[in-house]
Amino acid sequence: MQIPIEYYLILSAFMFTVGIVGVLTRRNAIVVFMCIELMLNSANLTLITYSSYLGDVAGQLFVFFVMSVAAAEAAVGLAIIIAIYRNKLTVNIDEINILKW
Amino acid sequence: MTLEIVLFILFASICAVSAVLMITRPNPVLSALFLVLNFCSLAGLYLILNAQFIAVAQIIVYAGAIMVFFLFVIMLLNPEKEKRFFEHNTKIRIFIVAIVALILVQIVYIIFLSSPSEVITREAARSVETGTVENIGREMFTNYVLPFEAAGYLLLAATIGALVIAKKKFE
Repeated sequence: MQIPIEYYLILSAFMFTVGIVGVLTRRNAIVVFMCIELMLNSANLTLITYSSYLGDVAGQLFVFFVMSVAAAEAAVGLAIIIAIYRNKLTVNIDEINILKW
Repeated sequence: MTLEIVLFILFASICAVSAVLMITRPNPVLSALFLVLNFCSLAGLYLILNAQFIAVAQIIVYAGAIMVFFLFVIMLLNPEKEKRFFEHNTKIRIFIVAIVALILVQIVYIIFLSSPSEVITREAARSVETGTVENIGREMFTNYVLPFEAAGYLLLAATIGALVIAKKKFE
């Protein structure tokens, strides 16, 4: 008996939702970033699942590109966080409101 | 129960539990470590799905490089204590619960509505052949060579951008 594809999709949906909860509830900018990584990974799981079940390599290549984009995003994002910390001495997103009117 | 199902249940439960623990720990270092556990169990799921190359890349790139980078920045900044979920005001909490429940119900409803397992059946031999390094490399350097080059330029731009942004003085 093989695993139904729905199991993987529901696991992916659950991880995505947990990522959303993290982004909405956490106040530490670095943890919010990690929750975004979690959401990216849940999307990756869906892509790999379909790629494997359909026997199509395109999904796995797409995951490879998502990984490189995530690496670039993490580098630039953490650089921004370091720059903000240097100016305001905090990474709490409630206190970083210079773009709010 | 075959070994495949046992491994799926094991890795899927580690994945789900570590994701929940990751967003509930107040200490960002613990969050990062649970995220590493989550990525490692995801790599196990990728192996069950016969995506060998991506499973190894997941461990090396995500659990290795990116998470070490995150831990490095957490240790560097030493962030202060933050407000927990139950300390937010009630309106925000209701909004968060509502939007999250809506999204989860929507996704699960669509999954069951389309019931992909009736249409898609997995052929083990074909699936094993798809995920090999050989097959992925052949595709990547023939049909997908332009996105590959673009990813290279993106990483170069990100490196330069990160250096410029995190630099001490902007002159």
